[in-house]
Amino acid sequence: MSMTAKQHHGATRSVGGGAPGRPTHHLNDELLLDYAAGACDEAVSVLVASHLTLCPDCRARADHLDAVGGEMMAALKPQSMADDALERLMKRLDEPAAPAEPAAVAPPANANESAVLPRVLQRYVGPHADQIAWKPLGLGVDHFELPLDGDGASRAVMLRVPPGRAVPQHTHEGNEYVLVLQGGFSDQCGHFGRGDVESADSSVDHRPVADPGEACICLAVLDGPMRLTSVIGRALNHFIKF
Amino acid sequence: MADDDAGHSGSKAGTDAADAGPADHAAWMKAIAERRSKAAFARLFGHFAPRIKAYLMRSGSDEGSAEELVQEAMLTVWRRAESFDVAQASVATWMFTIARNKRIDAYRRTKRPELDPDDPALAPQPEAMQDEVVGAGQAAEAIRDAIADLPEEQAEMLRLAFFEDKAHSEIAELTGLPLGTVKSRLRLAIGKMRGLVDEELK
Repeated sequence: MSMTAKQHHGATRSVGGGAPGRPTHHLNDELLLDYAAGACDEAVSVLVASHLTLCPDCRARADHLDAVGGEMMAALKPQSMADDALERLMKRLDEPAAPAEPAAVAPPANANESAVLPRVLQRYVGPHADQIAWKPLGLGVDHFELPLDGDGASRAVMLRVPPGRAVPQHTHEGNEYVLVLQGGFSDQCGHFGRGDVESADSSVDHRPVADPGEACICLAVLDGPMRLTSVIGRALNHFIKF
Repeated sequence: MADDDAGHSGSKAGTDAADAGPADHAAWMKAIAERRSKAAFARLFGHFAPRIKAYLMRSGSDEGSAEELVQEAMLTVWRRAESFDVAQASVATWMFTIARNKRIDAYRRTKRPELDPDDPALAPQPEAMQDEVVGAGQAAEAIRDAIADLPEEQAEMLRLAFFEDKAHSEIAELTGLPLGTVKSRLRLAIGKMRGLVDEELK
């Protein structure tokens, strides 16, 4: 299946004439709005923030939505604060601040620059993809489930697919978002490289194939279980947990 | 109001909170960041605390929790004043993001995952996009006008999405509208605002 990947590889285009490597598959407005409003759960938020790190276009759109939120808040009818609120706060201004969170550990100096993980993701998986505690999922594909600390319906999983390998054909009961962090893959929706996000719902029955050359590492967020639809996939359903 | 003296001089902490405009808010922030001015902070509190409280209460906080969260949000404003960049965001926008994050941290029992502006992995803004960057104050004004111009049905969808922490499916349930209609109204509102805003800044 690496032929398919090669074929798509050359077809990558950069929307808007941007610099090479700028993502071409973006987050939709509804998801960015939910993120700006604070309505995304933790798993989805990690994916959105990771994409925003890698995508200046969506970052500009997200900033715009924050500004919409700011103006809408500013236009609300003010609610009077308690009489002693300012006084209480003024007394706290000279309190020492809580110590800042330790900075993320820098990836090793020889790390592959095209695979550096966004810091927001490093908080969950460690500084570098090579050091993740991967677990085999079958057919050479590895996975690692992010240890999320909040509540929320969605799950976030790192996936590593060997070069040229296909992920078994599958559909999803809910929505799936896949963010590419290293390498790339192709399916009938196009080619996806570093920083690109593919959104798939239950109507998409797809069979992604990793690019040749290097392993494809992705962050997948699912808000419903994945269902494998090919014959070999159905057999795999027994030991694939999502 | 943007032409108010206090907005440009930066030497005074500003006028009465009630009459202050965005330029005054920025001047107060500057006074806090550069001189740790408690007088400027008190003015900022006078203007924004009641609005942050209104936002938190619309988002489901009871009055007591809203008061506490406003305290936490304003304390963050005081401590991080140096990181406020008037070229990147209006004071109102910055306040909103701080208040929103406090709300999430408190109610979801987890820190909101956010991008780190100092992340070496941060993809730089291409030069073509940098040319398009206009002052955040100008953009905020255009956004205010754009919101005012939205048809009421779209503005209401935006308010539900922003303030009532409603998933789109819940908005559909609440309003009795099909989910597809909710989504298309939100998309229209966002698209329209982006269109209007861009037009206004040309």
